[in-house]
Amino acid sequence: MKIGIAGLGGLGSNVAMMLVRSGINNLVLVDFDIVVESNLNRQIYFIEHIGKKKTYACSDILKKIDPNLKPELHDVRLTENNISEVFKGCDIICEALDSAESKAMLVDTVLTKMPETYVVSGTGISGFGSPNTIITEHRFNKLYVCGDGTSETDDMHGPRVIICAGHQANLILRLIYGMEDEKIEN
Amino acid sequence: MIVNGKRIEISIETSLKDFLLSSGYDPSRVAVELNGKISPRKTFEEVILKNTDSMEIVSFVGGG
Repeated sequence: MKIGIAGLGGLGSNVAMMLVRSGINNLVLVDFDIVVESNLNRQIYFIEHIGKKKTYACSDILKKIDPNLKPELHDVRLTENNISEVFKGCDIICEALDSAESKAMLVDTVLTKMPETYVVSGTGISGFGSPNTIITEHRFNKLYVCGDGTSETDDMHGPRVIICAGHQANLILRLIYGMEDEKIEN
Repeated sequence: MIVNGKRIEISIETSLKDFLLSSGYDPSRVAVELNGKISPRKTFEEVILKNTDSMEIVSFVGGG
């Protein structure tokens, strides 16, 4: 199974780390950004990674967990024109992008151009609200959505972001191990 | 038609894009599955909805 991670921020970097700790080693990591200090409250990076590309920093940490890991890195901004090439061969894509428009664009493009690929999206994770509103839903044939679906502020903190990343990683592992045969009724 | 599990009535000749806008959705922040198949965003304007349709709309908010 080949797993793509679209965005290596609070959701994507934590999902990638949990997957590698679970023995998943065929990863495509995508982000155009660099690590900044304000990322450190919720993303897996260390002080030494500030100013480095997130693709490099994430790969650097993951290789400390699994030295044999050879993740495919793409330091690009995802668009509808490059998504099917960047994620070529991926069975599952973790959508962990920042803006609502990018999330919708990625989901639309993957489900349209890569009809065999699952998307596991994360949306609605900001603030310190109840952690119990963060859920996993099977919304389309090939689309699962994790999060509370509504909270949207710049107020991003570790706990709820990482809870959502846990939902996404858990679902990806369920898909890999064939535990998601039946649609979850909403 | 059925939208996100709820039955609603639509007037004839409603395009998917008009339906989204009149229901308060921002078409650039949603993904739509119509009768079990993804409706590509490029087609929102040309897709005409029917009362027999079943539609799922996922609306995204920012933050990752």
